[in-house]
Amino acid sequence: MASVTQSFMKFFRSSGSREAVNPAQTAPQKLSRRSSGLGELARMWDTTEVLTVLDLGSTSPSNIRHFTERGHRIYSEDLLTASTDPRLVTKDEQGNVVLDSRQFLADNLVYPAAHFDVVLCWNLPDYLHESLVRPVVGRLWSVLKPGGMLLAFFHTRDAGPDSPCYRFHIVGSDALEMQKIELRRETRRGPTGAVHTAISDGFQLQRVFNNRHIENLFRDFASIKFFLARDNVREVLVVR
Amino acid sequence: MGAPVSANLAQIGKSVVIKGELSGSEDLYVDGQVEGSIALKGNSLTVGPNGQVKANVEAKGVVVQGKLDGNVQASDRVELRKSAVVNGDISTQRISIEEGAYLKGKVDIQGKSEGKSAAK
Repeated sequence: MASVTQSFMKFFRSSGSREAVNPAQTAPQKLSRRSSGLGELARMWDTTEVLTVLDLGSTSPSNIRHFTERGHRIYSEDLLTASTDPRLVTKDEQGNVVLDSRQFLADNLVYPAAHFDVVLCWNLPDYLHESLVRPVVGRLWSVLKPGGMLLAFFHTRDAGPDSPCYRFHIVGSDALEMQKIELRRETRRGPTGAVHTAISDGFQLQRVFNNRHIENLFRDFASIKFFLARDNVREVLVVR
Repeated sequence: MGAPVSANLAQIGKSVVIKGELSGSEDLYVDGQVEGSIALKGNSLTVGPNGQVKANVEAKGVVVQGKLDGNVQASDRVELRKSAVVNGDISTQRISIEEGAYLKGKVDIQGKSEGKSAAK
């Protein structure tokens, strides 16, 4: 009985504390990470005069500082957060809930063709909804300049389904700080067709790409290079 | 956070809605809704935590705590506080962005202090 009461109280304590916490005030711990892909890219931005860079992760003051200090232009666009827009939720012909990729690309990644020298995708493909992955990669191909480079991270199967989603801050030529993303806005349509929005913890890993999937995903690009890291992540550097 | 009090500060309270062109030669604090354009050459704009601005902004300094949809041209500096949500391009000499701020757009550091950006 005591344990039931304790569990009951624990439930209330935990749910109460969750409400009390202001996510903006809690600064998630940052983890350091070496990145071979970033190191290879860094050679480009240290030697080229003015680059146009697109950062698709969460807005990072460090990344903006990193590029503007070197005289480069940086664009910031948080695609993962944008993908939680309730207006995107729709159903396909089989009745499955999907996200409207046309609407998504009408609202996001709207740039002239061949505009960017570098695109930083980070772990976006692993956490982005299935229905958006290929359309987004297709759009990235078109906004990258020929010879432009894209960096993406993919989990291996050993990483497990609960791998947290991180935002990435550049802190050195091949050094990153990773900060767990805490908030997620989830959207779904109810039986009446109304869209419901809920906040939950973090983004969920949607799938694990194997090497063949990754090669297939970037098949329109000129070349692809893999770097296997120790933390069950493959870094992929592709050239348009 | 309340509005800063100053003799040369115009304030738009959170229940005020303005559509049109705003221009002036004093600092402006917007905690309401503004749609149109804002030109404050030589002066600063602060978008308060309740502020919702849909306008291209031209000012000496711009501080954003609320929501701003539009391009920002600041001759001195731009500050995005942690509650800021900005959809638009920013052109300035110096920029400061707090953790938690959201930006969708380009950051262009211009002018003589190129290379002295101060994102924190």
